Amino acid sequence: MLDFHQLVEVVKNLANDLRIDEKTSPKTIVLSSPDIKKVCQELYQNPSTYFDMLSCLTGIDNGAEANTMEVVYNLYSIPFNHHVMLKVILPREKPEVDSVAAIWRTANWHERETAEMFGIKFTGHPDLRKLLLPADWEGNPLRKDYQHQEKYRDVKVKY
Amino acid sequence: MPTDQVQYKYKSTNLVDSEPNKFREDGLRSEEMIINLGPQHPSTHGVLRLEVLMDGEIIQEVAPHIGYLHRCFEKHAESVPYNQVIPYVDRMDYVASMNSEHAYAMGVERMLGIAYQIPKRVEYIRVLVAELNRIASHFIAIGTYGMDIGAFTPFFWVMRDREHILRLLEWICGARLLYNYIWIGGLYYDIPVGFEERCSEFINYLKPKLSELETVLIENEIFVQRTANVGVLPMDLAINYGVTGPMLRGSGLRFDLRKADGYSVYPELDFNIPIGEGKKGTVGDCWDRTWVRMQEVHESVKIIEQCLEKLKKEYKRTKEFDPQVMVPKKIRPQAQDLYVRAENPKGELGFFFRADGKSDIPFRCKARACSFSNLSVLPEISRGVLIADLIAIVGSIDLVMGEVDR
Repeated sequence: MLDFHQLVEVVKNLANDLRIDEKTSPKTIVLSSPDIKKVCQELYQNPSTYFDMLSCLTGIDNGAEANTMEVVYNLYSIPFNHHVMLKVILPREKPEVDSVAAIWRTANWHERETAEMFGIKFTGHPDLRKLLLPADWEGNPLRKDYQHQEKYRDVKVKY
Repeated sequence: MPTDQVQYKYKSTNLVDSEPNKFREDGLRSEEMIINLGPQHPSTHGVLRLEVLMDGEIIQEVAPHIGYLHRCFEKHAESVPYNQVIPYVDRMDYVASMNSEHAYAMGVERMLGIAYQIPKRVEYIRVLVAELNRIASHFIAIGTYGMDIGAFTPFFWVMRDREHILRLLEWICGARLLYNYIWIGGLYYDIPVGFEERCSEFINYLKPKLSELETVLIENEIFVQRTANVGVLPMDLAINYGVTGPMLRGSGLRFDLRKADGYSVYPELDFNIPIGEGKKGTVGDCWDRTWVRMQEVHESVKIIEQCLEKLKKEYKRTKEFDPQVMVPKKIRPQAQDLYVRAENPKGELGFFFRADGKSDIPFRCKARACSFSNLSVLPEISRGVLIADLIAIVGSIDLVMGEVDR
């Protein structure tokens, strides 16, 4: 079983620039967006890491001031009982990141949900239809600057 | 609002605009068809819509359409203080609210750094009520599952026994389903005088009923015929889809967060983790999942007995005991990200928090719902089965749509 710093060494071989954040729980590796799929593939396949489960995948909008968005991956390895959090920071104007749905199929629905709620595009995702919202709903509700539409089907949204 | 105003303009394309089909009708062979199941149908356990591509009576592909019960939990959580999120957490998995509250409270306590200072009596009461609620939730799962595939009587039996649990919980906190009982740092109130005795009375009443239920439903030949070798979920597929809880254990993996993470007082309690063994068919079929739930009820009964024992002897009710002694007056965690998870009746319930350190309101609160991930495996395990078996598979997943859609 690897501890966090050995894990970072494994990731370092694949990623160009990474930052670690040990204040979070579980500890975080912040990656740049082109590396995420490579790193996930390695963490999934490598017998010494073996992160076989993607517990949670979600997005965060940091608001207009920071002008960034994040995608957060919580990985868990059942045989090693080991957690890690991966983070990708994306520009707010054009948030785009590679899909990991081919590695963990949990990501399929989680990415669909994140895509509709934040407007983040997951390239290579097999099926990015809306999941929880109606297909004709406008906007991405979990963005910090979200303004809901005036009317949906002639029904006033706000009461 | 004036009553003469038209509130909703009907258009024949409304349905197609809001939930368009995934499969296309053109290009189908003459024996192929698209069938729509739900959203209003009792066997879909709420408002789940299944779009099924059939070849005769054989299912080729299923596309679940969800979101009919979406109540914007995450958006709400971003606008109310941490303690006021708890009622919304209740409404996620509304048949196992205590378990969800426990997970949520644990997460905020960890962020505040008070997770290890909670009084032992409070922790034991939390586990006691959570396990009572776990039994109630498994009863719903088993009872409605029996009803889905034609066994009507066991449903009434489990509803009768569940009623006792709901009344016990009502006695504790005044609500039958949506409790708001477990608070951040403590409890709303201590358990009432005489509760321990009444609860052990109930447990003694329940034990013979469980074996009755097992004989009539689980071991019943008709039930076995309908569920064994149906909807087989292999272990590796289950892990890849993030399936947890009784479904994952039904597939043969001995994995339970109560043991793996050992949160709360679970390490001090003695219980087993039942797994599916393929007794009636293949490991990971619908029968195994139901059987695992049934065995978990037995384990929960064991846990409740131990908790009552502790609450009667070691951590007795005293005049000085205040369940709210650790409840913080102001909940303002330092800036941090945290992922917390706990074992709900249906699987791993996780919360991802981001606190910004400047406000009492979570900057981001994501709920990783167990039913959500469990449902996502449905298209995979229902390929090539008969439509009657699809109902059996959906029932065995034990969905609560409130949690799928949040």
